[in-house]
Amino acid sequence: MRKKMFSRCLTLTAGAVCAAALAMAPSTHGVVAAETSEAGPAAVRVLGATQYRQTIADIFGRSIEIGGRFAPGVRDEGLLEVGTSRASIAASSLEQYDIMARSIAAQVVDPQHRDMLISCKPATPTATDDACASKFLGEVGQLLFRRPLTNAELAKQVTVAATAAQSSNDFYAGLANSLASMLISPEFLFRKEIAVPESAKAGAWKLDTYSKASRLSFMLWNAPPDRELLAAAADGSLDTKAGLERQADRMLRSSRLTAGVRALFADMLQLDKFETISKDPKIYPQYTPDISVEAADQTLRTISDSVLAGGDYRDLFTTRKTYLTPLLASIYGVAINNPNGGWQAYEYPEGDPRAGILTQVSFVALHSHPGRTSPTLRGRALREVFLCQRVPDPPGDVDFKFVDDTSNPTYRTARARLSAHAAAPACAGCHKMTDPLGLSMEQFDSSGAFRTVENETEIDVSGDLNGKPFKGAAAMGQALKEDPALPACIVRRVLSYGVGRRLSRDETAFLNTLTADFSGDKYSVKKLMRRIVTDPQFYRVAPPEVVVGLASEPSVATKLAKSGE
Amino acid sequence: MARLPRRTLLRGSLYGAAVSVGLPFLDCFLDNNGTALAATGAPLPVCFGSWFWGCGTNPGNWKPGKVGAGYEMRGDFAPLQKFQKKMNVISGTNVVLDDKQLLVHFTGSVGISAGSAPRGFDTTPPTVDTLIADVIGKKTRFKSIEVCCTGNPIHTQSRREGNQLNPGEATPLALYTRIFGSGFIDPNAANFLPDPKALLRQSALSAVSESRKDFEKTLGANDRQRLDQYFTSLRELEQGVEAELQKPAPLESCTVPSGDVNAKSANSEIEAVTTNHRLFAGLLAHALACGQTRVVNMVFGDSNSSLRRAGESQTHHIYTHEEPSDPKTGYQSNVGWFVGRCMGGLATFLETLDGVREGDSTLLDRMGLLIFTDTSYARYHSIHDMPIMTAGRAGGRLKTGLHVAADGDPSSRLGLTLQQAYGLPISVWGTDSMRTTKTITDIVA
Repeated sequence: MRKKMFSRCLTLTAGAVCAAALAMAPSTHGVVAAETSEAGPAAVRVLGATQYRQTIADIFGRSIEIGGRFAPGVRDEGLLEVGTSRASIAASSLEQYDIMARSIAAQVVDPQHRDMLISCKPATPTATDDACASKFLGEVGQLLFRRPLTNAELAKQVTVAATAAQSSNDFYAGLANSLASMLISPEFLFRKEIAVPESAKAGAWKLDTYSKASRLSFMLWNAPPDRELLAAAADGSLDTKAGLERQADRMLRSSRLTAGVRALFADMLQLDKFETISKDPKIYPQYTPDISVEAADQTLRTISDSVLAGGDYRDLFTTRKTYLTPLLASIYGVAINNPNGGWQAYEYPEGDPRAGILTQVSFVALHSHPGRTSPTLRGRALREVFLCQRVPDPPGDVDFKFVDDTSNPTYRTARARLSAHAAAPACAGCHKMTDPLGLSMEQFDSSGAFRTVENETEIDVSGDLNGKPFKGAAAMGQALKEDPALPACIVRRVLSYGVGRRLSRDETAFLNTLTADFSGDKYSVKKLMRRIVTDPQFYRVAPPEVVVGLASEPSVATKLAKSGE
Repeated sequence: MARLPRRTLLRGSLYGAAVSVGLPFLDCFLDNNGTALAATGAPLPVCFGSWFWGCGTNPGNWKPGKVGAGYEMRGDFAPLQKFQKKMNVISGTNVVLDDKQLLVHFTGSVGISAGSAPRGFDTTPPTVDTLIADVIGKKTRFKSIEVCCTGNPIHTQSRREGNQLNPGEATPLALYTRIFGSGFIDPNAANFLPDPKALLRQSALSAVSESRKDFEKTLGANDRQRLDQYFTSLRELEQGVEAELQKPAPLESCTVPSGDVNAKSANSEIEAVTTNHRLFAGLLAHALACGQTRVVNMVFGDSNSSLRRAGESQTHHIYTHEEPSDPKTGYQSNVGWFVGRCMGGLATFLETLDGVREGDSTLLDRMGLLIFTDTSYARYHSIHDMPIMTAGRAGGRLKTGLHVAADGDPSSRLGLTLQQAYGLPISVWGTDSMRTTKTITDIVA
């Protein structure tokens, strides 16, 4: 919502406020001051759409179809994953989850799937069979809830299945009913983390082993823990340094890491917004909805290739290597020899105006209007997404009269129009942050295609970053690469993504250590991910909040603290 | 087999010889006029709705010259003249900031719909539609239905506490499937047999509901509030299933539309929005007439209006800031064009509701519609003298055909008035300077 409102209004903003924002900009490591004073609490996160899909695929296979609409995510601190710990589920969204749950459950027990997916057979398919139901629901429940079901939970689910089976004279209908119930339960739809006292450190708290397994797994694979990880949680080995590193390395070696890396960067780059943007077909007839899908994929392929190979994160902003399809090649205006269609590795020639992911359609088209570019939106996105700098919202009382005269020939280009804005004192401060970056990308129109003129006037792509001048988007990528805020920001993003909430002040030291290590690791995001998930700090949490007015019995936290567990 | 709680057991009994189904709430017939339930003489249920467009109006080109009855819909509102007698125009109200920053294209709409100038984007009180739905929407299949004609679900204006969005349906086909697909029971069907699957579903939902205490016991206050929202949603889902298990009363005006929803691709291009809005309007009217919901919320154009003409690089919003005023009229011509299209869309919505005859009256007559926007003069993001309207008589609870001219009162007065009209026992509403006790008595029947 916030971003939507921003839109064109961003061209207006108060200089004084922006001056303050610039003052907040990264110092040595580009770390923006933490927002809250509390230590990071254990989070309760809404399961994301891709995580939901992946869970179902992991447990039941990809032949189970998932139809329905997922709740739109809420982005907080630049990430949907952070927003998940502040979101809830509205009635109309739960309605959709219910539809999906019933559909999935019906497919799992249908005659085509049941023998493959249900590891036992009832004595008779027309009656209850508690033993078989218990076996199936216990196995599946553990994977859905990301921990073993308690005896009471399992007994309840077996009873739900049995009651329905009795009523319908159909064991499988009963099983489906119970499965649907679990699929809509908060234990599945919310990833609830549990805090326990840390025995080695008085007064400190950490995640319990199953919560730890989930945090690790969603961070690396964007998926729930697999059986091996759950087993490591169950036998306690995950709570040892060696055990944790063994699991982390196994997961980092797995091909499933690709999905995790893609999910992280899709979130950070806000690629979900492609679902709702459109381009005017009269102005950009070549831009079809398929372009959006392939543009997002192109960038994620470029990134995951580099990350998985242990490449330098900063090179993503200057790399000439990418992948293209014939459709994308048409937007980029390049010829690829790929008669079979599909993806093909491609390298731009040296000196090409395109270099780095910021010159790809996924960035320049996403941060534009349907019918024209927006250097301000692009500049703001660049600052906020990649440098973790906050560009304030525009003030509400700016007078636009200075742009009334659109017949003035000096307003033929975006640069000219924005110069008029920047001339107003109330606008100047923030436009200095955004426009020099965005204007250097003006050779890419709203669809992402290359151009050299606008309204028959040659486009000037000069810009600057932190006082360093450059010309064009490729040179801007090089300037960005040298900005210390760039690596500091990705560290912050990855950590926020992993813990799923805003970072606390208490985590600043951890953040700074990770940032320094990132430099030592030659800016390898893969190594950064390993450092994060193998560090005990990643699993430390604030003591649980004691809720006043709850039942008179001591809180779980109090009980655990007393028992010394 | 373990024992199942009584609640689950009751709801889980099915397929047996003696299926026990709750007494149908509407197990009766309409009177001869089709406007009341014959058994009780009670009128057809009152309905509520909201209709939103973004970026306000041309100031000075919408307010009727005459106060009270007999006013004229003029200027930007001229397309609504046909419905003048079934509408009210409320002018002269403000959204008051106090010490808060103006959140452009947000504060204004929240001020009207939630009675508050918010401090941030995620600190909004619940909107008036949800408060009214909590009262009148308990026994319908859907407590409320939201629609966003721009194709983006988060353009919705309906929010629960803390900016928990009620996302809108983005395409007419999705809305059709949701209302008239699985789970729809034609109230005029000759026979009624409760769907055994609905009973199964009810038992599955009950089992979840009963797990609430266990799930919430380790949560902090903020997370508990979020889970409260989830369990409220769950309860609404259960209520929807309960409605499916009851024999609905015949509804004379209910007809089931065909599934041939010939929609345009969902985006902010004005012709696509207009076409999809017309389809949405028809589906919502059918849903209301068929008793599937009593609260509908329609977003025609988003706040910060992204509406655009095909082939033009400017959007409605960009025009509001960059278009010079016409020296002859003093108004922004293109902005006026977009506002006119929005009002044309509103006229279509009203026409659709008014076209559903229910005895001597129409569906529109038992509706009360809050019609609002995010700013008065978008050029400067002004939130003074907000252009607000209502439509429909809310089943006789509201007067119409009036122009009420307030004198700088908070815009929350209308929200207070509407809640009171729908039976909410409140005498004060809003926060800080938006707090008001002043009902707009002129429009209360």
